[in-house]
Amino acid sequence: MTIWRLVFSEILHRRMNFALCVLSVMVASASFIGSVTLLNIHDIRTNQILQDKQEKLSKRMVELTDVTRKAMLKLGFNVVILPKDQNLADWYADDYASKYMPEDYVHRLADSGIVTVRHFLPSLQQKIEWPERKRKIILVGTRGEVPNLHKSLVKPMVQQVPPGTISLGYELHRSMDIKVGDKVNLMERQFTVNSCYEERGNKDDITAWIYLAQAQEMLDKKGLINAILALECMCAGSDALPQIRKEIAAILPGTQVIERGSRALARAEARNKVENEAKVAIEKEKLGRQNLRAVRERLASILTPVIVMACAVWIVLLGFTNVRARREEIGVLRTLGVSAKGILVMFLSRHIMVGVLGGALGFFAGVLAAVYFGAALEDTRIGITDMDLSLAGLLVLSVGGAAVLAVIAGWIPTLTAIRQDPAEVLREE
Amino acid sequence: MLEFKNISMWFDGPKGKVTALDEVSFSVSPGEFLAVRGPSGCGKTTLLLAAGGLLRPSAGQVSLDGQDPYALSSEMRSRMRASMIGFVFQQFHLIPYLTVRQNIMAPSLALPAKGAVQRTQELVSNFGLDDRAGHVPAQLSTGQRQRTALARALLNKPKIILADEPTGNLDEDNADIVFDYLGKYVSDGGCVLLVTHDVRAASHATKTLQMSQGRII
Repeated sequence: MTIWRLVFSEILHRRMNFALCVLSVMVASASFIGSVTLLNIHDIRTNQILQDKQEKLSKRMVELTDVTRKAMLKLGFNVVILPKDQNLADWYADDYASKYMPEDYVHRLADSGIVTVRHFLPSLQQKIEWPERKRKIILVGTRGEVPNLHKSLVKPMVQQVPPGTISLGYELHRSMDIKVGDKVNLMERQFTVNSCYEERGNKDDITAWIYLAQAQEMLDKKGLINAILALECMCAGSDALPQIRKEIAAILPGTQVIERGSRALARAEARNKVENEAKVAIEKEKLGRQNLRAVRERLASILTPVIVMACAVWIVLLGFTNVRARREEIGVLRTLGVSAKGILVMFLSRHIMVGVLGGALGFFAGVLAAVYFGAALEDTRIGITDMDLSLAGLLVLSVGGAAVLAVIAGWIPTLTAIRQDPAEVLREE
Repeated sequence: MLEFKNISMWFDGPKGKVTALDEVSFSVSPGEFLAVRGPSGCGKTTLLLAAGGLLRPSAGQVSLDGQDPYALSSEMRSRMRASMIGFVFQQFHLIPYLTVRQNIMAPSLALPAKGAVQRTQELVSNFGLDDRAGHVPAQLSTGQRQRTALARALLNKPKIILADEPTGNLDEDNADIVFDYLGKYVSDGGCVLLVTHDVRAASHATKTLQMSQGRII
C-alpha cells in the first residue's frame, strides 16, 4: 500500500470533488493562457494588417510612379528656358517670347553635364500672318532635339522637321484641306507638307513647324532663338523645379526657367500625396492596433487575476469540503500511525495532481478558445502553428503555474487536515 | 506491557472542570485479556485513547513496553503506535474507498514492511475474507467489516490490541467470532485491553475492571 494508491483510490471515490477542482484550475489556467495567446494573435494580426497595407501601398506607389513616368514621357516634365528679360505676362498672353537669346545656349547646356534634363529643343516662335492664306498662325522654327551628351542616348521624343518641309496643326490642315505631300507657300517660300497632326485642342492646332534655320532666315533672326524646351526632366517630385532652375541658372545666367507640363507635376504631387496619406493611414492603423492591444491587455490584466482568484477561492472551498468529508479517514490513518507529514504528502499529492491535470487541460482549452475567439474578433483564421510563442514553454508554464496555484489554494485545507486531532474524531464517531 | 500509573484526565467544560479519568492505575501484561467495564460516559474511551498515545493525560504516567509515549515527539509516537498497537472500534472505521485487502494493508502506509502483501493475504484467509478481498466496506456485512478491522489491527503484529466495544454492532455469532480471534491472539502472547459496557463481552476477558465516573472501582 502506498500513498499514491491511496490518493488515486480517493480521487476515483470522490470523482466529483476532484473534477470540480480540476475544472477550477483549468478555468484559471485557460484564462491566463487564453489571454497570452489572444494577445499574440492580436500581434500577429497587427503585423498581417500592416504588412498588407504596406504591400498595397508599395503596389499603388509602383502604379502611380508608372503613371507619372508615362505622363512625363507624353507631356514631359518639361521646362521652358526663356531670355531673362522676357516679360512673363507677355509670354503667357502671346504664347511665345518676344525676347531672344543666342542659339548657342542650347549647345552650352548640352555640353554642360547637367544631369536633370535629357533633351533640349531650341525653337524660334512667332505669331505671323500667313500672307498666302490670309490667316494668323504661330510659326515655330525647330531643329529637333539636341541630346544631352552626358546622358545615355535615347530615342528622340520629338522628331525634327527636315529643311524644306512643314508640319501643320490640325486646324490649319483641316480648314485649308491640306494633305501630307502637298506643296504650300509660306512667306514666298515653298514647303512640302511633312506631317498633319491630330487635333490637340491647344495652340498647336494653329501652329506650323519648319526647320529652325529657315525660320530664323524668314523672321530675320539669324542665330537667335526665343525658347529652349528642356524635356524629360529626371527629378520627379515637388522640389524638382527649384533644382532644375538652380542647375540651369548656373549654366545660363541670362535665362529664366518656367515649368511646363503641370499635369505631370500634379500627378507627381498626387502620387506623393497618396503616399503620404497612405503612410499616415498606416501609422493611424498601427496606433489604433496599439491602443486596441493596450485595452485588451488591460482587460486581461484585470480579468485574469479575478478569474484566478475566484478559482483559487473555489479550490479552497472544495479543499475544505474534501477535508471535512475525510475527517474520519484522517483520524483513522493517524490512529494507525500515519504521521502528520504523511497526511500532508497525501493531500498535497492530490493538489499537485489537480494542478498538473488542470494546467494541461487549461493550456489546451486556453489555446483553442483563443484561436476560436481570435478568429471571431480579428475576422481571420490564425492557426496554432502560426503562433509566435513557444507552445512547449507555455505548456510547462501552465502546468507548473497551475500546480503552484493548486498547492497554495489547497494549503490551508491541508493544514486543517494535519492539525486534526484523531482522538477528537474517534470520540465524536 | 501497558501500565497506567495514577492517570487523571480533566477537561474544561461549559459548567466547569469535567473529570474524565481520576487516578486510574492498572497494568496489562502479554498473554492477558483485560476488560474495563462500565456504563456509557464513565471514561472508557478516554482511557483507551490515552493508552493508545492519542490523548495526553492531565496527570500520571502511561508506560507502553517500558516507554512513555507522551515523552516522545508526535512523529515518534505515531511510529510507536504503528508498530506496537492495534486498534479495533465499534464503528470499524474502515476507509470507504479501499477494498478489504487495501484496508488491511493500510497500516503499512505508516510502517512499510517487505512482507506486508503476504501478511495481508494470510490475514484475509485467516479471517475468511477471501471471497470479499476485492470489495469495498459498503459491500460487506457488519461482521465482515469488523473482521476486516480486526485483520487490519493485526497487520503489523502489534504487542497490544486496544478494542473499544468491538462487538457493539455485531450479532452474537459474529461477536463470538471476533472474541475467538482476540482469544487466539492473546494465547499467542499478545495482550488485549477491551473497554465495553457489555457484561457478555467482558466475560471473554481473563481479568475485568469495573469503572465508574472515571475511577476504577
